[in-house]
Amino acid sequence: MTGWPLLSTITFLPLAGALIILLIGRHDDEAVVAKNARYMALWTSFVTFIVSLFLWTGFDRSSADFQFVERVDWIPAFNISYHMGVDGISMMFVLLSTLLTPLCVLASWNAIQNRVKEYMVAFLVLETLMVGMFCALDMVVFYIFFEGVLIPMFLIIGIWGGGRRVYAAFKFFLYTLLGSVLMLLAILAMYFDAGTTDIPTLLAHGFPASMQTWLWLAFFASFAVKIPMWPVHTWLPDAHVEAPTAGSVILAGVLLKMGGYGFLRFSLPMMPEASDFFAPLVFSLSVIAVIYTSLVALAQEDMKKLIAYSSVAHMGFVTIGIFAANQQGIEGAIFQMLSHGVVSAALFLCVGVVYDRLHTRLIARYDGLVERMPAYALVFMVFMLASVGLPGTSGFVGEFLVLVGAFQVNTWVALLAATGMVLGAAYMLYLYRRIIFGKITKDDLKSILDMDWREKAVFAPLIVLVLWMGIYPASFIDVMAPSVERLVENYQVALANSEGPLLAGLWPLR
Amino acid sequence: MSELNLTAALPEIFLAVAGMLLLMLGVFRGNGGTRLVLWLTVGSFAVAFLMVAGMMGRNELAMGGLFVADAFGDFMKLLALLGSATALIMSIRFIEREDMARFEYPVLILFATLGMMLMISANDMLSLYVGLELQSLSLYVVAAFRRDHLRSSEAGLKYFVLGALSSGMLLYGMSMIYGFAGTTSFDGLAALTAAKVAAGEAPAIGLIVGIVFLSAGLAFKISAVPFHMWTPDVYEGAPTPVTAFFATAPKIAAMALIIRVMIEPFGDMLAQWQQIIWFISLASMVLGALAAIYQTNIKRLMAYSSIGHIGYALVGLAAGTEEGVQGILIYLTIYIFMNLGTFACILCMRQKDVMVENIEDLKGLSKTNPLMAFALAAFMFSMAGIPPLAGFFGKLYVFLAAIEAGLYFLAVFGVLASVVGAFYYLRIVKLMYFDEPAESFDRPIGREMSLILTGTTVVILLLFLVLGPLHDGTALAAASLFEG
Repeated sequence: MTGWPLLSTITFLPLAGALIILLIGRHDDEAVVAKNARYMALWTSFVTFIVSLFLWTGFDRSSADFQFVERVDWIPAFNISYHMGVDGISMMFVLLSTLLTPLCVLASWNAIQNRVKEYMVAFLVLETLMVGMFCALDMVVFYIFFEGVLIPMFLIIGIWGGGRRVYAAFKFFLYTLLGSVLMLLAILAMYFDAGTTDIPTLLAHGFPASMQTWLWLAFFASFAVKIPMWPVHTWLPDAHVEAPTAGSVILAGVLLKMGGYGFLRFSLPMMPEASDFFAPLVFSLSVIAVIYTSLVALAQEDMKKLIAYSSVAHMGFVTIGIFAANQQGIEGAIFQMLSHGVVSAALFLCVGVVYDRLHTRLIARYDGLVERMPAYALVFMVFMLASVGLPGTSGFVGEFLVLVGAFQVNTWVALLAATGMVLGAAYMLYLYRRIIFGKITKDDLKSILDMDWREKAVFAPLIVLVLWMGIYPASFIDVMAPSVERLVENYQVALANSEGPLLAGLWPLR
Repeated sequence: MSELNLTAALPEIFLAVAGMLLLMLGVFRGNGGTRLVLWLTVGSFAVAFLMVAGMMGRNELAMGGLFVADAFGDFMKLLALLGSATALIMSIRFIEREDMARFEYPVLILFATLGMMLMISANDMLSLYVGLELQSLSLYVVAAFRRDHLRSSEAGLKYFVLGALSSGMLLYGMSMIYGFAGTTSFDGLAALTAAKVAAGEAPAIGLIVGIVFLSAGLAFKISAVPFHMWTPDVYEGAPTPVTAFFATAPKIAAMALIIRVMIEPFGDMLAQWQQIIWFISLASMVLGALAAIYQTNIKRLMAYSSIGHIGYALVGLAAGTEEGVQGILIYLTIYIFMNLGTFACILCMRQKDVMVENIEDLKGLSKTNPLMAFALAAFMFSMAGIPPLAGFFGKLYVFLAAIEAGLYFLAVFGVLASVVGAFYYLRIVKLMYFDEPAESFDRPIGREMSLILTGTTVVILLLFLVLGPLHDGTALAAASLFEG
């Protein structure tokens, strides 16, 4: 690529769109303003997506380096700069964000009738922050985007959410803030050790082992809440249930990945010894998450809550894969995150389809939808099976790779995680049977309409993606392979050079 | 050293002369001339601001060493002048509506500001005290300016009694220091303590006791825990524009004073005073976060919020380093903009010609007045320290200094307190955005208010763009404190 700042364009294009919406939104007629806002948001996010496809085509798949790098001095005295770039790990998350945003705008087309202008502005700002976070190559810039996400998400849940939206919004905000402020201190401590907050420099820095332990814990506090891991996952079901459909989509599709991305970008490469030391802890929590939250999901009566708990279980696979710290495990984790980003987003959209019609998410209020909504039943089935991990869908590849990776490290972890897959099949199939199959007995379901063209248009790209990822995963794994390879290599080298962990780092005995 | 060097104090002299002239003008014109006097006062602030800005970068002594003009002082003076002028402009409509339009009001604010500038430039215990009292006496009067209102009179009286008590402590501390050091000059004290440290001797115990009293007195002025009790009552009772003024310029001046006193004469006794500052900083952060949760009056809430902010700023002082002082400067710069903006919003909280002060009155503001709600939400998120808003960078800098100085415990508790504090800032956002509107506020809010609101909001939203220059400017200012 030439000198054109592609990443900044992708990052700030939605923000520009948001500003335009604010400027043109001064019409007296509410309906006109809402219509303008909808179209403007759709076009902005769509154009952003198209622009972001240049990343996919222009990305050098043989290189593990950061690409499309941009750098502008920001606070030169502190060596902090606006530094952007993507590698094989982060590039596809950028695409995931830019793909899901226009779909969210489409999904909210009729569902949101109240304060449309503000809603669209919030979504576009959110897109800017998400993309910026995945592109940031400076810790301070990363943190700004990472934290900034809280503001639009807080408003989205709180303004356009359901009955207990205030509780959910506060819980979401304060939980994640509590985790991240500790990370901020860790970033500052790293700055004083390395003299810079530049991520590529820090990746090569090598922190002293005694410091790594504390740094790792601080980062863990932030990312474990974000991803979320058991037992700090409780904000997620609340936030998911209360958020509007598109809010849940972004939350499950992208925001959860920020935690996994953080582990991959910071914890593993920058604190390898501490990661190795704490891996059993992560494994234990993840296995509990996989099994426990699957069981919890089995008992849910609210569709969104069920999918929310399934997200926690799937994210358990991700953390297992990351801390298995071998090629298959990490590739599986990234693949699982991408797949989950598409699949859970689609599942929330599926819930949204029937919610828009009946305004309830209770499973007991639905039955026999296949009679009236055959297209819906098909779409739902594809994503349900992808979530279960059926071979041929994206879900299978990720979980399989994670299990392969985990087997090499710890058989028990792999075994227990595999039971989670069985449980996953149980709750998803059970959900599907209750909603789709059987006879229609409820009166208001007898006149329910199948999906219209707009809804089908939302699902079409997601179905293509799920099948593509499931049938020919190589086109995605090739992108990440060099970066993951280097990550694993550096990790092994660092461990080989270490003087043995590490409890002494926590409680230095002098 | 001993010469007069009046040019160094030119802005202060100008303000003093302007104050006397305006007083005369007011006497001749009567209360009908209040508006004129007020605008002329704002004009004098502007002229003084330009004079200080033009002299930026100097480092000289005046009045035989009683008065120091350095980059640190100039920076603080700019902030104080900005705060005073804006607070004064915000009060125009209020004083006319609420029957407070007497010409003494702007003149008193002017003298208070003059006192602040003297405090900031004090280089001797004596000039410190004179400046402080000039400021405090003017403030006592403006707090009680609505003398026919019970709450305002009560606020003034409380402020006076507790202020007098703190001044007493301050004087007691100074006399102890003089008794054990034999000098009141900052330079003399600095030389003395440096010599002690160089000789490896412990400082005299009486000197330490003196510092304790001195810092207690100063903690009163910046309303740091445990000397904060007057703040919520005075903030609530005083007329709102006066509260806006209290929350900005005097805080800046008092912070400048405590920084200068700790760093310049007693910089070598860091080990002795660090734990004091450490404790009041921690206590202020925690109390500011916890006590504000149950407040229903927005002025009281702002009082606790300002206690918390002072706690965060003091983190930088507890570090005792140049970076720490720089952090405070950045923190205070941002603080003053956030507070001015927030109080501009509070001053617009009027329903049917009556000022309202309950935070419940903000319900549904995003529907009745979206722009104001947006501005206030930006201030609240900024105060909670959420990036990319300005407040985050203030916290970033002070915690950077704390980590560098190894104050991990303070830093961890500070950020945890900020999470608790985020709760009540979010509550205001919740009222404005999540709840249905109750009654809307009176409009229009006035051109000068819109201007102030727009200006402060833009600063808070876009400060990150000018962080580089702000960093360099504050670095110069902080360095000037450590040179001498």
